[in-house]
Amino acid sequence: MTVHTATMGALRLHPNVALRPEPFGALAYHYDTRRLVFLRHPQLVDVVHALHEHTDLDTTMDALDIAETLRGPFQRAIANLAEAGIVITRDDEKDSS
Amino acid sequence: MTTLADQMKRGLDAPICLTWELTYACNLDCVHCLSSSGRRDPRELTTDEAIAVIDELRRMQVFYVNIGGGEPMLRRDFFTIIDHATTSGVGVKFSTNGTYIDTDAARRLAAMDYLDVQISIDGADAATNDLVRGQGSWDTARRAMDALAAADFGEFKISVVVTRENVTQLDDLLTIADSYGAQLRITRLRPAGRGADTWHQLHPTDAQQRDLYHWLLERGDRVLTGDSFFHLNALGDPLPGLNLCGAGRVVCLIDPVGDVYACPFVIHDEFRAGNVRDPGGFAAVWNSSELFAELREPGSAGACASCGAYDACQGGCMAAKFFTGLPLDGPDPECVSGHGAAALAAATTAPRPDQDHSRARAHAAAAAVPVTLGRR
Repeated sequence: MTVHTATMGALRLHPNVALRPEPFGALAYHYDTRRLVFLRHPQLVDVVHALHEHTDLDTTMDALDIAETLRGPFQRAIANLAEAGIVITRDDEKDSS
Repeated sequence: MTTLADQMKRGLDAPICLTWELTYACNLDCVHCLSSSGRRDPRELTTDEAIAVIDELRRMQVFYVNIGGGEPMLRRDFFTIIDHATTSGVGVKFSTNGTYIDTDAARRLAAMDYLDVQISIDGADAATNDLVRGQGSWDTARRAMDALAAADFGEFKISVVVTRENVTQLDDLLTIADSYGAQLRITRLRPAGRGADTWHQLHPTDAQQRDLYHWLLERGDRVLTGDSFFHLNALGDPLPGLNLCGAGRVVCLIDPVGDVYACPFVIHDEFRAGNVRDPGGFAAVWNSSELFAELREPGSAGACASCGAYDACQGGCMAAKFFTGLPLDGPDPECVSGHGAAALAAATTAPRPDQDHSRARAHAAAAAVPVTLGRR
């Protein structure tokens, strides 16, 4: 199943996921599923941390001035993180607009 | 962009897969025990020291720790230690022979979050298992599994070291795991600890290794392997998982007395990086030990450089080479292209494991062990 970030709306890091900084980006560990996932770009880590402050992925990337060339790869990365349950949708869109 | 494997080879800021042997005490006397366990060591970490290790792992964001031994449940403070870990965000996966998982212990374990339990068996029937793990150990392990199931623990793990005797029973082992709703985990036999003496008779034959590789290609999604069979990748399509030796890079071992080794399979002074009691504790050992810095340098393919399969198998397992007397930059003793067998024939001596907490030899001799225990 492929998750399309464009239709996902407001996102956040799952509360039971820990992110550990690493030279290449970060390691994400999901305590519920015991899944370990690699975030392989430092700015992708910034994006994941900032998701909950913005209405969706695109506005998060706008706010962080993510370069055009990185947006496609980051969209795919976030979709993968959503499939792994690391990133989830949130229902509180009204307080972030 | 460099590959993930390249990044991992240079080491991470903290281990992903940290094994912590809590005690050398064990009520069993398995012939392949990696840590030659049996008797408790008087220098083992105190409860306070163990708690301090967990606090340090939490600060380093080590997400989980693989606890083993010896038999970790023999420590009187076992529950204190794992309670502290799991409530501070350091998940626990612990390996046990199951002797001390009775109804009460199973309930207690089932009530904890972030806890995985692995019950070790080494065969799909009592006869096969008990040859390696000792008489009665099969019944003991099955009682522990029954207790976990009765306590509604959920999905526990059944951990099997693949040997010449049980490699033909993998389907049966899967059936046993399925019957409990458990997950099967199979790992590679290493010539470490007491295994240094028994490996030559117990490790799978070349033909069995090929069968194992194909079994893993077909069934690999249903079993955990700790990525321990990457030396088989030279046979064709790579098996799922990390294809590299993680020693000192993403993996390490803390032994019961606090010594830190590059991996659980090389308890030997040559691979000792430091001790958690040293100034700076575990973090200093992980970040600045000379040994680990060396292991994070790009490796040389050595004698394997001319072999087309090197990229696939990465020369195999460092520990397997070390304890069979092979050069670390040469083929794995179980090299699927046959280079290991040739190298083994040429190896005249092998380093001895330099720790031995085995109980009196008379005991092992009395056990129903088919392999010759060529003890010093």
